[in-house]
Amino acid sequence: MIEWLSMGGYAYYVWMSYGALAIAIVAELLVLASRRRRALEQLAQHAQDEAFEEQAA
Amino acid sequence: MAGSGFFKYSSPASFYPLAGRLVPVFGWLAAALTVTGLYIGFVVAPTDFQQGEAYRIIFIHVPAAWMAMFTYLVIAGWSAASFIWNTRLSAMMAQALAPTGAMFAFISLWTGAFWGRPTWGTYWVWDARLTSTLILLFLYIGLMALRATIEDPRRADRACAVLALVGSVNVPIIYFSVQWWNTLHQGASVSLTAAPKMAETMLAGMPVMGLAAWAYTIAAALHRVRSIILEREAHARWTRELVR
Repeated sequence: MIEWLSMGGYAYYVWMSYGALAIAIVAELLVLASRRRRALEQLAQHAQDEAFEEQAA
Repeated sequence: MAGSGFFKYSSPASFYPLAGRLVPVFGWLAAALTVTGLYIGFVVAPTDFQQGEAYRIIFIHVPAAWMAMFTYLVIAGWSAASFIWNTRLSAMMAQALAPTGAMFAFISLWTGAFWGRPTWGTYWVWDARLTSTLILLFLYIGLMALRATIEDPRRADRACAVLALVGSVNVPIIYFSVQWWNTLHQGASVSLTAAPKMAETMLAGMPVMGLAAWAYTIAAALHRVRSIILEREAHARWTRELVR
């Protein structure tokens, strides 16, 4: 395992590359999830405002 | 034309549920292909006799570079469609693809740097291919920044479409840079017309990882376009029904 991780002496270069991709994908998935959450919250807010206005009228 | 075939799904309201069904399909496909590709890349493929294990960066470097170039062309295609048919969804798809394309452009530069250091002795050179790929990253950032500065979404669509179409001239420059200029960057390792320059098992990992990048990009863009549709159609009745 340790020998595999050492990548024949190139561990730093190989894992910096694969690690950056892993971090980038996890970051993008988090951003995607939070954007969807915000869009739904905004929508719920609009719906609530509208229902409130209907009641007031 | 409305309601028939392809154009039926050019309406955000009918595309939204379709995209929702496709996201998990492409998401799981991406995961399965990534596991397969990494297995081939790290277990099946032998050590390179010149570069040792450092060459294994190729399994993400090349697919990321392909995806960054291809995604830009797809954005230009959607932008052209939004000009020709004035369909809102085309512009939304162009908008949804940009961040993922930027991510792959960055990854291709980053992994290239960490591959260049042990093999060329340097992280960076102002070589034609590296420089034109850096410009690709700047174009992606430009597309996102331009959209952020224009408040009216329809005007932003048109401005971004112009930038996307003009910027697409850079993609063939990247692709042919290794032939047009005397670059430090090597030519293609894989070609449809010539014999491959790599062992077959080494080679096999690349298309699998390439397909994984495709599936991931489709899943991410479809997920993002659903949020964009909700943001931009927040005042439409059908989106309101979703939260009631």
